[in-house]
Formats: sequence, C-alpha cells, structure tokens
Amino acid sequence: MSLLDIEDLHVAVEGREILKGITLSIDAGEVHAVMGPNGSGKSTLSYTLAGREGYQITGGRIVYKGEDLLALPPEERAAKGLFLALQYPVEIPGVTTMNFLKASLNAQRRARGEKELDAINVLRLVREMAAQLKIPEEMLRRALNVGFSGGEKKRLEILQMALFRPTLAVLDETDSGLDIDAIKLVAEGVNALRTPEHSMLVITHYQRLLNHIVPDRVHVLADGRFVAEGGKELALELEAKGYAGLARNAA
Amino acid sequence: MAVLQETRERVASLGEKYKYGFVTDIEMERAPRGLNEDVVRLISSKKDEPGWMLDLRLGAYRRWREMREPNWARVHYPKIDYEAAYYYAAPKLAAQPKSLDEVDPKLLETYEKLGIPLHEQKVLAGVAVDAVFDSVSVATTFKAKLAEAGVIFCPISEAIRDHGELVRRYLGSVVPVTDNFFATLNSAVFSDGSFVYVPKGVRCPMELSTYFRINASETGQFERTLVIAAEGAYVSYLEGCTAPKRDENQLHAAVVELVALEGAEIKYSTVQNWYPGDEQGRGGIYNFVTKRGDCRGSRSKISWTQVETGSAITWKYPSCILRGDDTVGEFYSIAIANNYQQADTGTKMIHLGRNTRSRIVSKGISAGKAQNTYRGLVSVHPRAANARNHTQCDSLLIGKDCGAHTVPYIESRNPSARVEHEATTSKIAEDQLFYCTSRGIGEEEAVALIVNGFCREVLQQLPMEFAVEAQKLVSISLEGSVG
Repeated sequence: MSLLDIEDLHVAVEGREILKGITLSIDAGEVHAVMGPNGSGKSTLSYTLAGREGYQITGGRIVYKGEDLLALPPEERAAKGLFLALQYPVEIPGVTTMNFLKASLNAQRRARGEKELDAINVLRLVREMAAQLKIPEEMLRRALNVGFSGGEKKRLEILQMALFRPTLAVLDETDSGLDIDAIKLVAEGVNALRTPEHSMLVITHYQRLLNHIVPDRVHVLADGRFVAEGGKELALELEAKGYAGLARNAA
Repeated sequence: MAVLQETRERVASLGEKYKYGFVTDIEMERAPRGLNEDVVRLISSKKDEPGWMLDLRLGAYRRWREMREPNWARVHYPKIDYEAAYYYAAPKLAAQPKSLDEVDPKLLETYEKLGIPLHEQKVLAGVAVDAVFDSVSVATTFKAKLAEAGVIFCPISEAIRDHGELVRRYLGSVVPVTDNFFATLNSAVFSDGSFVYVPKGVRCPMELSTYFRINASETGQFERTLVIAAEGAYVSYLEGCTAPKRDENQLHAAVVELVALEGAEIKYSTVQNWYPGDEQGRGGIYNFVTKRGDCRGSRSKISWTQVETGSAITWKYPSCILRGDDTVGEFYSIAIANNYQQADTGTKMIHLGRNTRSRIVSKGISAGKAQNTYRGLVSVHPRAANARNHTQCDSLLIGKDCGAHTVPYIESRNPSARVEHEATTSKIAEDQLFYCTSRGIGEEEAVALIVNGFCREVLQQLPMEFAVEAQKLVSISLEGSVG
C-alpha cells in the first residue's frame, strides 16, 4: 500500500470542474513533482489535499496512510503528518510568528496524544532551524507574515515544514517569486527532510527548482488531467519543448 | 462560506457556557423594594455616615426624581421599573469581619469559584484584593503593606467614616452629583465601592484590584469608586466583574472617579464579564456606568484599559478631562458582543490644557446577532493649544447577523490642534482560518488566536498578571462562534 493514493479524483470549484480525473500514488520516501502551466489545476490539487473549503469532490477518492483523507478536517490532516507549503502564505496581524509556530506545533502534538512543548523548547527548536534557513530571529518576533518579503514568507513555510517534520509535504509553487539563492536555500531545507520516511509532492511551474530537488517521478498536469508522466528527465524534456508541445504529443 | 453560516448555530450554544452562573445561598438583608427618601436614609444610616454624606445623597435623590433616562445610545431594552428593584442588600453578618478567618466560608467559596486569589498566600503575585459582595466589602487584603507606603485602599464606606475630609474634598468633583441620570441615581443610593489614595511622590507598591459580584436577584448594584493620586504618585488599579445567571435583567450603575494631581499617573483597567444573557437575549446585566478621570495637575496621566465581554447592555464611556497643561489621556478598549448583546461604548477626551495629548485605541468584536457601537468624543477647547489626538477604531465581524457602528464626534476650537481618526472594519478571512487549520490548529482555537492578535495592542496595556486571564476570557466569550 502506498502512503498516498489518489484515484480518479474530480474536483469542482464554484460548480466548474477543475480536476478531471487524477490518479497518483506516492510511496514512503518518494519525491514526486507535478508540473503544469497556469490554470492547469495545480493549486486545486494542493488545496484539495490540505482540505480547504470550497473544493467540492465530484468523483474519486484519496487514501492517505490507509485512511479516507477526504473525511478529515484540515487540522486532523496536519496532525497526521500532511503539510502544505502555500503559494501565498497568509498574514495574521498581531499574532507573532513565534507564537503561531508554538500554537501549531502543540496543536498537532496534542492531537497525536503527545506532550506539548514549552515555550523554551519550541524556541530552541525554531532557532536552530531558522539559522539554517537564514531567517533572522527578529522575524520570529514580528506578526505572522505581516510585512515579510515574498522570499521571507516562503522561507517561513519551509521552516514550518522542518519544524513539523511531515510524512507528506506538499509544496505549492514554493519557488515562485524567488531568486536563485533563495531557491537553493529552500531546496536545502527540503532535501534535509528527504529520508525513507518522508515523502513530498513538489508542485511547480518551472523546471529550475527540480535541478535542486531531484524528483523520483514527474507528472505533467494540463487542463485538469495528467498528460505525461515519467522520471526526472521528463522535466528537462518539458523545459525544452514547452507545455504546448508536450500537451500536443499527449493528445 | 460554510464557516460563516455555521457560526450562528454555534454561537447559539454560547449562552449555556457562562460558567459563573451560580448563586450563593446566604441570608440577605434587604431594604424594601423601590426608592424614596427613607431608603436613602436607611442606606446612609446602615453605613454610619456623617451628615454631609446624607445631605449629598438626598440632594442627588431629589435631583434624580426630576431627571429622565437618556435614550441616545444605540441600545434597546424594555423600560426599567425603578420602583420594583431593591436598592440595598447585604449578607447578614454578626459583625464586620476583621480578618479572612471571620469571613463566611460560603463567600470565600464563591470567590474561589470565580478564581479570585483572596487568601493572602494566593496573592503573593502582588495583588491586593478588595472584594465587594453585593453591597458590602467583606475582606481586604494586604492593607498593612499598603499602609506602610502610606497608601489608603479600603471600602469607600470605611473611607467616608475614617477619611471623611479626603472623601468630601474629592467625591463628586469629577462626576458631579447632577452629571447624568445613572450617575445621579448612583450618588443617591451607592452602598459601597473602593477608595484609593496614593500620597505625594509614592509609587503604589502593588497592583490594586477589586472584584465586583452581583449576587442577590433583582438588586441593583451601585458601586462608587474614587481613586486619588497626589503629586507625582503612581497607581495601577484593576477591577474584574462577574454576575450569576438570572432570567430577569439586573441594573448596574457604577460611578468611578479618578483624580490625578501634578505629575501623577493612574492606570485603571477593567475586565468585565457580567452575565450577558442567554442565547435568546433573556436576562443579563444592564451596565450603565459613568467613569471619568480628571488630569487636574499638569503633566499628569490617566490611562483607561477595558476588556468588555459581558453584560446584556453596556453603556460606558470612560473619559479623561485633560485640565492640566501637558497632560495625557489614553483609552484602550476591547468590546466583545455575542448573541444578543448590545454594547455602546467609547470615550471622551476633553482637551482643556495646553499641549495635551490623547490616544484612543478601540477594538470591537461582534458575533451572533450582537450590535457593537463605538461612540467617542474628542473635544479641543480654545485654550488647548497644540492639543493632539489619535484615534483608531477597528471592528471585527464574525458571522453576518451582527453589526459594528462607529460614531466619532470631533470638536476643535483651537486651530493648532491636530486630531486624527482612523477606522477599519474587517471579517475574519477564510484564508486566515484555513492557514491556521492547515497547520493543525482547530477552528475555535484559530478564531481565538486571530481575535487575540486583533486585540493585541490593547491586551498589552493590561497589567501582566491579568493579560493572560483577559486573553482566555476573549477566547471563552467567542467559544462556539465558528462551526
């Protein structure tokens, strides 16, 4: 049994079908990449996995760790080790980043029946990871994502991933808006979590991120369907031919 | 948005969650129903008051008979029958207790349920508590330590007897007997409250705190609080309020007067969670309160911080009269209204002196079918050259059946004055909630987190010991406000 099995998934948003039958299996320790142009349904896939409201499942199913994922609210999915790094992280005024990290980590631990960590232990953990990701401590004292640059927001998403150590991390266009140095930093953070127990679904528009996070499998999404699938070389082929060329071949 | 739709249903269950809705079974001594000169005389004689105090009360009573209840606030309630209420209620005690050991254990049990640290060992955190049970103060802690510093902190009934000259000099000097319908009523019938005097140059060595509790049914509660900070003195005072659950509405009309002399500073914080009524809007406290501070001496400062989560109706405008030159007035407010609660609250900043400054930060949160109004006045008088005011009013709406209203009045009669007003209204966004839940935080905790973030500027103003409690209160009062 795979860690994640998506079977013939159909998802509609406001009555319009966006995903039109997606099938995908991810085993423990695997890194999969989903590539596709704007509007192909990439973000719909990531939000559906995380359980956001407004994404109606019109067909198919998702089995995660042997359980019906779609029956779980977002917070239970998080507690069971599913993590989504958002393309556009949200600002929450007045809530310090540190406080938010502590609340999140402890909510997950509580749900799993683990002991909560006190402020000092959380701080110790976060500091260590922040240093690796070159996140200044001052940022942790600021309100969550408020006034952060695009790069800072993305690095904070990776910091959360490092902190939660999810079984399955979904990275939704984490590379968008980042320069090459920032991409390298983010990739280092991601690669550090690559172990036989941790799997990832990397969603991206561009091939360049995949130079740094080398996937086991690549799936090309166009108009709500996978139009091509293969090994890491598929990403390079895509880079050369473009989405249009590939979609034509598939058709 | 399903989250917001379910809000209403979940909010409906909130009325059942008022955990302070118990009644203490203690024999009460009451004056007969209704109000007349005899009742006023009875109250005064029960307190062994001097003649001047009785005269003040009778004057207020006669004046009140000629006054009309104000109706300009955005609150709606059935007409109050002032003749049907009791104006004096006291637990029957053999004699006034001299120490905690003599206090009725049932009273102490009540306070324990409220989580008030009454026993001295529990107040090592540096909080002195003057507990008011209905109309009579039953215990005061830490008196000795305060006396050492020269600070007087006692029930006002005691102050009238023991510090008559001080009380006579300042009582009614900020809120005149004739000020408004509710304040005048209070002046006639107030039965107890707190008195604080901090002498010249003294920094009060601890936070002072009073917990008010309404217990007897159909009893109006009329506290009177007077805080005086002499030249260069500093005091921080916190009042907390809780009332048991009852079907009938109860009237609460308190008066608080603050006087800051030259260079003095008074910080007055309120955490109010009177019973707000049930989910249908039945019962709950009517809270008509007059709070006013007078920065009488130059360079003095008065700061009001309030966290208002309770009462069926809140009618309250803690104000600052910036009389001295270079004085500072501040008002930090969190008002949460849920179910059918109505809150009409704000402040008045009256700039009389030169270089006077005021700051207003108001955070209103509405959920359920509640109506929340900020009503504020900033008035700059002709002599108040270089007066400055900054006002910030933020409203947060949870659900679609509630309302937020902002009614600022600005009057400037000095061309050098600078008055700024900023206002925002927002909803808890779906993307904020999703961001939290996708991190493992449940919706209810997420709302509490976001609302506490929204209120942060005000919560930071509270004394440390109470900030945590207030944060929890904010969370509790919004429990069940999302699905």
